[in-house]
Amino acid sequence: MRFPVSLTVNGARRRHEVEPRLLLVHYLRETLGLTGTNIGCDTSQCGACTVLLDGKAVKSCTMLAVQADGASITTIEGLAKNGRLHPVQEAFREKHGLQCGFCTPGMVLTACHLLEKNPKPSDADIRHGLEGNLCRCTGYQNIVAAVREAAARM
Amino acid sequence: MASKVFGSSVKRKEDPRLLTGQAKFTDDFTLPHMAHLAVVRSPYAHARIKAIRTKKAAAMDGVLGVFTGKDMKDAGFGPIPCAWVVPGSNAKTPPYPPIALDVVRYVGNAVAIVVATDRYVARDAAEAVEVDYEPMPVVVDAKKATEKGKPQLHADVPSNLAFTWTVAGGDVDAAFRAADVVVSERIVNQRLIPNAMEARAALADYRSATGEVTLWVTSQNPHIVRFLLSLDTGIPEQKIRVIAPDMGGGFGSKIPHYPEDTMAIFASKQCGCPVKWTETRSENYRGTIHGRDHIQDVEMAAKKDGTITGIRATVWANMGAYLSTASTGIPTILHGLMLSGAYDIKNIKEVVHGVFTNTTPTDAYRGAGRPEATFMVERLVDLVAAKLKMDPVEIRKKNFIPPFTDGHAVATGITYDSGNYVGALDKALQMLDYKALRAKQAELRKKGEHIGVGFSTYAEICGLGPSAVAGAVGFGGGLWESAIVRFHPSGKVNVFVGIQPHGQGEETTFAQIVSSELGVPVEDVEVFHGDTGQTPMGWGSYGSRSTPVGSGALMGAIVKIRDKAKIVAAHLLEASVDDVEYADGKFAIKGAPSKAKTIQDIALMANVAWNYPKGLEPGLEASAFFDPSNFVYPFGAHAAVVRVDVETGEVRLERYVAVDDCGRVINPMIVEGQIHGGVVQGIGQALWEGAAYDDSGQLLTGSMMDYAVPKADAFPLFELAMTETPTKVNPLGVKGIGETGTIASTAAVYNAVMDALAPLGVTQIDMPLTPERVWRAVRDARR
Repeated sequence: MRFPVSLTVNGARRRHEVEPRLLLVHYLRETLGLTGTNIGCDTSQCGACTVLLDGKAVKSCTMLAVQADGASITTIEGLAKNGRLHPVQEAFREKHGLQCGFCTPGMVLTACHLLEKNPKPSDADIRHGLEGNLCRCTGYQNIVAAVREAAARM
Repeated sequence: MASKVFGSSVKRKEDPRLLTGQAKFTDDFTLPHMAHLAVVRSPYAHARIKAIRTKKAAAMDGVLGVFTGKDMKDAGFGPIPCAWVVPGSNAKTPPYPPIALDVVRYVGNAVAIVVATDRYVARDAAEAVEVDYEPMPVVVDAKKATEKGKPQLHADVPSNLAFTWTVAGGDVDAAFRAADVVVSERIVNQRLIPNAMEARAALADYRSATGEVTLWVTSQNPHIVRFLLSLDTGIPEQKIRVIAPDMGGGFGSKIPHYPEDTMAIFASKQCGCPVKWTETRSENYRGTIHGRDHIQDVEMAAKKDGTITGIRATVWANMGAYLSTASTGIPTILHGLMLSGAYDIKNIKEVVHGVFTNTTPTDAYRGAGRPEATFMVERLVDLVAAKLKMDPVEIRKKNFIPPFTDGHAVATGITYDSGNYVGALDKALQMLDYKALRAKQAELRKKGEHIGVGFSTYAEICGLGPSAVAGAVGFGGGLWESAIVRFHPSGKVNVFVGIQPHGQGEETTFAQIVSSELGVPVEDVEVFHGDTGQTPMGWGSYGSRSTPVGSGALMGAIVKIRDKAKIVAAHLLEASVDDVEYADGKFAIKGAPSKAKTIQDIALMANVAWNYPKGLEPGLEASAFFDPSNFVYPFGAHAAVVRVDVETGEVRLERYVAVDDCGRVINPMIVEGQIHGGVVQGIGQALWEGAAYDDSGQLLTGSMMDYAVPKADAFPLFELAMTETPTKVNPLGVKGIGETGTIASTAAVYNAVMDALAPLGVTQIDMPLTPERVWRAVRDARR
């Protein structure tokens, strides 16, 4: 059995019929071919699959595509506008907030949401705000610096 | 090296694709007509397979095939080879079939595979495969597994002893007889799960018409995987192309050649279509290698004045159920040879038993053997200091090898390249304001607050390594590196290397080297790696070797380019070659700097060859190989300051100071990033991380819900500094920095916690130092 879903992804209207059990992350990666959203775990710990759903950071491996019906989603592919990196992306590059880059799409989008809620976060706010996103490479120090830098630029 | 590019924090070339979702990881590749593979895995740690019923699964819509170990064997797919067999250790390498044939030996052992047109259908069908097991007795503890009456995993391996290896130097027993003090300890260096954020994946595309296969795979060493695949798939090496695309971390866990690599190729061959396998995280916890897992009985001997005279140790290293690719080298060569640490310890003996157990195989995990050595030595040094009532700094300084630049031989038989251990420690002490810190600690102790300071003054072995040594210690390959530098007519450059960086930033640092040495802008250089169809043979990225060994090859190619360019320049300038000199990308006539040709001018002429020296080959491209004369030995001094809440057992890290020395630094930003990440992994081992099995061999920490990967909110800002002691082992004087943080930090934090608890009489708690364990230790001490 398939259900219709209709949603906006990175500004484009998308309509598909999907299996009700299809995870949102697989819809994005495999149905739409937007492979920038990564999968790092099965249990909602790592946050690599984070996307913005109606402006809020959500873990797309913990949501069904049908649950996102009617929503507007931004994935990492939709963040840079007209070839210009978003200030959070720029700050991650400037401060070396990424190494292997696998957690980065989720980390960047979580940081976007964090700064939306709290435009002038302290380091403690940033560290607390990133608790749901794991990074095994950077030790977080430069990710915190990047979010701090992004806050200053935005 | 006049350019400022070398030694500056150039922003990474890797970042734009990674920041925009344009990177391509293995699971991001989709081929036309591609099918998905799912693995049926054993829920038992040790069992005989009585029957496998595949009919129901095979009949499901979309299922292309269900295969067992026998099917793979019948198709000529052999066991997964072990590529490092340490000589003189009576090593046993029982066959490791990619899919179990009769017996499963760990939870997660593959039993069957399913290929289907859809990822979800493949999983459904895997669930529908019915397997009858006859459970067998289980052993998970490496020391117990060697005892009488314990279950034996492999028929021809009595006492489960995969190998026994000994390192000895000096006269250890005499040193212990003559000692004024002896300390002894049972150290459990617990099992860890690597947790690269990207789990593994493999996509195989076999073409029956040509017999060629392309395998996209998460690998730190695609050329090694190709070599090993040629042995176990029966497909000749020249028909195998292994591509390791963008990779979400490895930390050693993507060194091995895994069963799933051959399963994907087998499935593609059988089903006549490309087949992709993508590991789930819970599969990763059971099916991808683990690290560490030593039980160490250790002793240290010293004189009254604090002179350390000997180390004696017996280690039981848990190898898991089979020997993974590089496994036997980890607790031996990369561990036992480093027991002198940063000190002049004349008498050392260690016996290492590699033991089979009903657990996931172990192999290299960041640091790989050296963290287990450093922790042992740094902990023992502190125990001796405590016994002699010496300051941990004083005893370290007393025993350090004095500064050296031309090699220093240690009792284990290796020769360190260069070091200045006291220099690094002094810098750390200055950053800590050590005297004031101790005064503050004493004051807080009076108030009942428990602050601790811990040190780890490490030296490590990396930059693997001289190929003759690799051969002598049983590694089944070379350890040299390769590079091709190719100038295009437009003066832009491609570099092709045998290493396979996956987060360490060599696409940037190698471009910096080319820029500095040949005078082209960094943005004009692109570095390619990770594709056996495109890049020269090389042995991959692990053992902090990519920069120290890979840059040696790159420099070889650069020198050849410069020499050839000089000949072309002399021709164009109508001068003799001896009259041409190179500086900053220009070849000029000595004494007449205005008469010059740029490297770009020369690249154009070399590529078109219109006006060209007679007899000289056209093109501006050079290839070089570099086999280092020795390993490199980075070192440093790390210090942790912790606060322990003795009522809750909680350990809070208040400060972390890291002084590291990796010789000359190409990109300080990248070096610092490597240290940050390494330090956090090592702290993770000290405080939170640990893989746990129950007695039936079930992995209790089976997902990220139960295994504590460190999070952002647990750390203060790390305070970093570098000292610079170049090595003579490679042309640029560089040492590896990928693993130092992990090697150093576990002991620093552990020693700090023990220092905090010293007034209570607590001297030992098994890692990780979770609140519960600390609380129990404090409670027991107070009783």
